[in-house]
Amino acid sequence: MITGLRGRMFASFIVACLASTAFVAGIGYVLVRRAVLQRAQDAVLVETRDTLARVVPGTLADPVPDDTLRDVAQALVRPDRAVVVTAGDDTVSAGEFGVQDVPPSLVSRAEDGLYFQRVELRRAPWLVVATRVYTAGRGSSPLSVYVFASLAKERADLDGIQRALIRAGALTLLLALVLAVLLGQSVLRPLRRLGRAARALGTGDLGARVEVRGRDELADVARAFNESAASLEFTVHELRRLEAGARRFAADVSHELRTPIAAMTAVTDVLEEDAAALPADTGTAARLIAGQTRRLNALVEDLLEISRMDAGTAQLVLDEVPLADLVRECVTTRGWADQVVVEVPPDLRVRLDPRRFDVILANLIGNGLSHGAPPVRVIARSGPPRVEVRVIDQGKGIPEELLPKVFGRFFKADPARPAGQGSGLGLAIAQANAALHGGGIEAANAPGCGAVFTVWIPA
Amino acid sequence: MAAILLVEDDPSVRTGLELALTRQGHSVTACATGEEGLEHARARRPEIVILDVMLPGVDGFEVCRRVRRTDQMPIILLTARSDNLDVVIGLEAGADDYVIKPVEPAVLDARIRAVLRRAVGGAGDRSTYGDLVIDRGALRVSRAGADVNLTPTELRLLLELTRHPGQVLSRRHLLREVWDHGYAGDSRLVDATVQRLRAKVEADASAPAFIQTVRGFGYRFVAS
Repeated sequence: MITGLRGRMFASFIVACLASTAFVAGIGYVLVRRAVLQRAQDAVLVETRDTLARVVPGTLADPVPDDTLRDVAQALVRPDRAVVVTAGDDTVSAGEFGVQDVPPSLVSRAEDGLYFQRVELRRAPWLVVATRVYTAGRGSSPLSVYVFASLAKERADLDGIQRALIRAGALTLLLALVLAVLLGQSVLRPLRRLGRAARALGTGDLGARVEVRGRDELADVARAFNESAASLEFTVHELRRLEAGARRFAADVSHELRTPIAAMTAVTDVLEEDAAALPADTGTAARLIAGQTRRLNALVEDLLEISRMDAGTAQLVLDEVPLADLVRECVTTRGWADQVVVEVPPDLRVRLDPRRFDVILANLIGNGLSHGAPPVRVIARSGPPRVEVRVIDQGKGIPEELLPKVFGRFFKADPARPAGQGSGLGLAIAQANAALHGGGIEAANAPGCGAVFTVWIPA
Repeated sequence: MAAILLVEDDPSVRTGLELALTRQGHSVTACATGEEGLEHARARRPEIVILDVMLPGVDGFEVCRRVRRTDQMPIILLTARSDNLDVVIGLEAGADDYVIKPVEPAVLDARIRAVLRRAVGGAGDRSTYGDLVIDRGALRVSRAGADVNLTPTELRLLLELTRHPGQVLSRRHLLREVWDHGYAGDSRLVDATVQRLRAKVEADASAPAFIQTVRGFGYRFVAS
């Protein structure tokens, strides 16, 4: 089955062309053939009748004299005609054929009138005309005359016509092919352009348009496409503008919050140190303020960090470091050393931004400790083209349906659970940091243990 | 226990930091503008300057540059992390380290102590590399007979590099030894300080003979 539009157009064009050519040429050929043969027959018949009328005596003696046989044969023979004349046992033939060449059906049918039949003799077409002239008193051996008229010239003419018709058919077919190709191009080229533009639109090139040519149905489709693309572009731009505005607002708010938080952060230690000396309620309040100031600080820092990621202003400061040392330091400075098992090849040096990678590791390990259960294992391996670090905890894992959502902003596995110390942006920031390195983070569950986070970056 | 000059325009941040640093035992002079800061730096000769980058009038970078013309006391910049370029410009202007606001007093105190650490010299150890003379005992450096004024950080870096002549030292190693920073430290500190050090001790800073960069690894001191 031909499925392509081009193929189908081709096929229908050619079938239609072949059918019409064959039909017209076929009818024409049959008519011409009939006319040519008719004329040839008529000529032979008329001439035979007239000649016989002239040569055969009004009353034919019985038995027919040899002279008469010979006269008749002589009178009828021509360069392209042979004659066989019989009467009783006597036969006179002029030309290449004998009585045995006469078709038997014609022998039995030949009576008073003129009968004829077209036959193939010695690989040539012949018209055989037969007639009988009865002797006076209708004797048992009448004069039988058979005239063999060659149809070679007619056949040659007809063959010529046939060849010409086939040539004309082939020419028409060729013309049809060319037309089909041209028509196909004229339909398919705009379609291809439309397809290209649609694909470009799909991959985010919102400015993709097609040129509208002519006023046919394809131009209508192109116009409709352009209108849809324009309205899509407008909508997307509008959405982006709104989103950028919202993000800028978040960044601005965070930025503005920073100065008061900076002042508060500077004195949290003072509050905490003196809390014990304050009246009980005041001391509790002071500790609460100090603790929440740190949390507010972390939240604002995370918000600003994610704003920078969104705005694309975050930069990598790359350095080549021994990964094992980086992981170990990340763990020890945060006091996790006894809860984390580090399995990193000691000689593995990786080119990365140490601060950002530390943020990633701290997030993943911290999550494993607070949401999963210790011990958390950190396993690294380098298999070009990438370096992989897996962080595996011993908790219950993450419900499968939540796996794709864990990198979302302010995502919480259990809404009823208090937020804890995290900002809710940790994994989003970790993922953005990995992406900044040209890598990524994948979340999964390990059979038999808890959640597995795999961070990878190009080696 | 250091005499600190704090330049910060926001009154509450200034008050907060002054309070916290004072309680940690430092003696703090706080002022609100770059001009005031420069005046105090000249008049009081603090041991260390803590400098906000965003100041009205003369900004932190300019204060840093002007202080460096005459003095080699350590300078720590207070920056916002969103201004990535600030760090680079500040370090080029001569700052020894930077902290990101909001900063916890304990972190700031650790940084202050780190940049104030006296370079560890060897007793009476004196090395000559061409026209460069490093006197580890007196902690003095001279080139072609003239004293070279180095900030404490620059001096520590130079001594660390010359302690292992010919050996490549990674940025991480230098960050730990010279700045007391961990692995998450900013390697641009090393790069910027090396640039400044080259400008002071090399004959041609663009074609360094002593402190050579080893691409992808770090730096090496070549005792030519």
